[in-house]
Amino acid sequence: MTATAERPAEIGQARRRKEDARLVTGRTMWTDNLTLPGMLHMAILHSPVAHARITRIDVSGARQRPGVVAAFSGQDFKDVQGTIPCAWPVTEDTVVPNHPSIAVDQVNHVGESVAVVVARSKAEAQDALEAIDIEYEPLPPVLDMEAALADGAPLVHPDLSSNKSFTWEFESGSAGTGRAIDDVLRDADVTVTRRFRQQRLIPAFLEPRSTVVQPQGEGVTVWSSTQVPHVLRTLMSLSLGIPEHKLRVIAPDVGGGFGGKLQVTPEEFLTTLVARRLGKPVKYTESRSELMMSGHHGRDQIQDVTITATRDGRLTGLDVHILADMGAYLRLITPGIPILGAFMYNGIYKFDAYRFVCDGVFTTKTPTDAVRGAGRPEATFAIERIVDELAVELGMDPMDLRRKNWITHDQFPFTTVTGITYDSGNYEAATDRALDLIEWDELKKEQAERRARHDTVQLGLGISTFSELCGWAPSRLLGALRYAGGGWEQATVRVLPTGKVEVVTGASPHGQGNETTWSQIVADRLGVPFDDVEVLHGDTQTSPRGWDTYGSRSAAVGAVAVSNAALRVVEKAKRVAAHLLEASEDDMEFVDGKFSVRGTPGAEKTIQDLAFEAFAAHDMPEGVEPNLDAEATFDPVALSFPHGTHLCAVDVDTETGRVTIRKYVCVDDVGTVINPLIVEGQVHGGVAHGIAQALYEEAVFDDDGNLTTGTLVDYMVPSAVDLPSFTTDRTVSPSTTNPLGVKGVGETGTIASTPAVVNAVVDALRPFGVNDVRMPCTPERVWRALQGGTR
Amino acid sequence: MIPAAFDYVRPSTVDDAVAALAAAGDDAKVLAGGQSLLPVLRLRLSYPSTLVDLGRIESLRGVRDDGDALVIGAMTTHDEVLHDALVARHAPLLAQAAATVGDRQVRHLGTLGGSLSHADPAGDLPDVALTLDASLDVVGPSGSRTVAAHDFFVDYLTTVLAPDEVLTAVRVPKLGADWATHYEKFNRMAQAWPIVGVAAAVRRSNGSIAEARVGLANMGSTPLRASAVEQALAGADASADAVRAATEHAAEGTHPPSDLSGGADYREHLARVLTRRAVMAAAGIQP
Repeated sequence: MTATAERPAEIGQARRRKEDARLVTGRTMWTDNLTLPGMLHMAILHSPVAHARITRIDVSGARQRPGVVAAFSGQDFKDVQGTIPCAWPVTEDTVVPNHPSIAVDQVNHVGESVAVVVARSKAEAQDALEAIDIEYEPLPPVLDMEAALADGAPLVHPDLSSNKSFTWEFESGSAGTGRAIDDVLRDADVTVTRRFRQQRLIPAFLEPRSTVVQPQGEGVTVWSSTQVPHVLRTLMSLSLGIPEHKLRVIAPDVGGGFGGKLQVTPEEFLTTLVARRLGKPVKYTESRSELMMSGHHGRDQIQDVTITATRDGRLTGLDVHILADMGAYLRLITPGIPILGAFMYNGIYKFDAYRFVCDGVFTTKTPTDAVRGAGRPEATFAIERIVDELAVELGMDPMDLRRKNWITHDQFPFTTVTGITYDSGNYEAATDRALDLIEWDELKKEQAERRARHDTVQLGLGISTFSELCGWAPSRLLGALRYAGGGWEQATVRVLPTGKVEVVTGASPHGQGNETTWSQIVADRLGVPFDDVEVLHGDTQTSPRGWDTYGSRSAAVGAVAVSNAALRVVEKAKRVAAHLLEASEDDMEFVDGKFSVRGTPGAEKTIQDLAFEAFAAHDMPEGVEPNLDAEATFDPVALSFPHGTHLCAVDVDTETGRVTIRKYVCVDDVGTVINPLIVEGQVHGGVAHGIAQALYEEAVFDDDGNLTTGTLVDYMVPSAVDLPSFTTDRTVSPSTTNPLGVKGVGETGTIASTPAVVNAVVDALRPFGVNDVRMPCTPERVWRALQGGTR
Repeated sequence: MIPAAFDYVRPSTVDDAVAALAAAGDDAKVLAGGQSLLPVLRLRLSYPSTLVDLGRIESLRGVRDDGDALVIGAMTTHDEVLHDALVARHAPLLAQAAATVGDRQVRHLGTLGGSLSHADPAGDLPDVALTLDASLDVVGPSGSRTVAAHDFFVDYLTTVLAPDEVLTAVRVPKLGADWATHYEKFNRMAQAWPIVGVAAAVRRSNGSIAEARVGLANMGSTPLRASAVEQALAGADASADAVRAATEHAAEGTHPPSDLSGGADYREHLARVLTRRAVMAAAGIQP
């Protein structure tokens, strides 16, 4: 069944995204656009204090306010609210505190829900919040992770014995994946130790979270702005006792997430509890300010990293100890986030030995969880920063040190010191291309000149040669890591009677462009026009099975399921065609959507013809069921590992401390590319996100535990005008862990760019005796680093 | 993020606006472009009983030539200011600063009068008004008065405006052809407030600086003139060294805040660096 296609392949084409017209104009079903008959509006009163006992709460005043239907405190739900589930206790003994949707007698972070008002309008609900009477007895805030672990520290949760949730440890000697780390540390020629801080970030997606809940008898329908409708359905069923078959979850169009909507939220549960109590549909849509304090945050780690090498620059050992701030509670995968990094601290390098120890620490801050990259940006930052520091110690060029130690392209597949196998890559090719594009040697020359003449504006050059793990799967591996979920994806492809095609995917997107990408794949497989394919997603009634979109897994897992389902449709169509054309299946050719019989001109059936024939089913072959439908579930054999080389040139104004990115070049290898325009968009957005961590964004708490960066005035999210033009290019090393050869791309830019920028900043400041600048590298921090330097 | 309930009045004349303010008492607020007031209301940091919206008072819009000065209606938007031919010719400093306010949407809604009345010491335009020795026309129940910019700004977010007074116009003296100006804004993001802003106007004469005015944004509870710098520049050589020496005085007499964007000492340092840069740019001196 092979022949040359005449229509150009869809895969590889830079198709414009078919979903964008409705997404960009907003003329679509965002959750907050939904209005149901009789729907009520909920407003939430949030704790203004970080840590306190609630000594008195009286919501009766709110009930007297105009338009108010009901008001509740935590007391009203204390016996039925269950706990917000944590699906990833990373060790057997991980301490998982009870996580109420609404605080009952104690609050543990600013922004925690303490009371709700339900009214006929949103404005009336908000007004009535002011009539709630509440008294707090303050408890000491717990803000600093090291202090929190000290003996006698005030406890976030008085019912627990400490502020530690878990200690997770990996050591190559005992795991059998390398030498014993202590031996390597003891025998090292050269040792460099650094402490890095990953500041706390807040995922600033465009659409704040919104939930509408409609109770119907025993059943409930939940519309929510979530990345994970399937996960939400199962966990809400388990936690709140709603029978799963009576619970329908719909994620309509979702306006971004960056991991922030990879969550089962207290607000979703609370809206559901209230709607069921009242027997009426209820909507809750948060404001940006509420999102900033109540939605989960990310990063917030202290990393103590030691690297060892031989005097001639061969890496030998890597010893990583991190403190990870959980915040006040464990949410969906809070403890797992730092562990996602555990397998990436070694980066693209060969080590003899490796140890990773992570303590998860409770504080009285907003819980942390996934934010784009989730554990891997932290790991990549640490390794790429400390390799630069080691290069200085060794007196080597930082790129030479990398080349000497990275996995060469002829060594793939390569099992690293963590025991994980990298599928494919070509670090040499990506790096050489990036060096050419940025004109590295010219920049080096300019840097030397500017240093020599003591230019006020110094040039810094930064490198990040990174890899990351993508396509969160396979299920067997996830289970081994104590992750409660699976890693497969499911898809259905249906050719309708008129020849149009419906694709059902479990990988529900929130801005990734899956409708376009999936359509391109199916158009190629079935030989139908791109515009004849419609992708359905995000409703557990129409797409009942899936693990949703996060961890750069949609293409590497979900798209493969779609492709496999489409191939099954073709197989079925071939049997129908052979039967109708009275030919052997072996003689069938399928080209451009048309089956023909080899050697018999004119005997042919299009896939559209066959769809109607199979629908009418007047003359089906023996044993073949009506309709051209097929389903496929894909669980990859292993993760995939995109990589790339990012180079950054910054101008640093040594008088003001301002950092300006002058050139940014990235050459990424994400395997086979389905839609270059979408890949390009992901790289641009990802790089912007990583630059934001390097230079702009930081969630800051004051000494009382108040979030002082609670609005977008203070929490600085850079926009296009603050960012340079990016120069992008690609190399292609197809993944060997899935038949499409695709890897993930949603997080690569974020993971790669942060160390490239900070390495460039530090490089600019090296002549002044500066060897680190804490992120974000604000003008003031850079200026202060210069004041404290040795020169 | 819904403001608490308030009464809303939209008069079509200044007299009606003043009458509405007087009738509403102390809790009334004037609504101009709303770019500062509405966020405050939405965060429920303020609970005005009445908003008096000046948006329909046509006489408050536009720029006219009044001989020695330009008269800019208080409700003229930043976008109108920065594209106005008279402003470009006679007060380019104002246009340059207006172009840096917020983002495009903010500049199309925000107004010059609103920005001055709000009196945020981090604002770009109060600093420029002070530097250009603007005077402000104010109308109240007992008639109108004109207040010099240096008397107008009293404290953080506080002006001499009484609760029943409305700022109607800003009079900006025309600068002669021998003047040159520059606004040097230092912020972390394009849309952010300045950490420090410096407005400079310099009159050059025969290779020296005859006269200079320097205004500082975000270096105290009001916009400030850097008088020590102005004195040191008067009669100084139009040279990089002379400007550097004079602008070392830029932080004298200031009381800058310490906040997330910078400590007071960093702001004092920035004031010196940025003042030097602003004066050199205005005076056309190469570093």
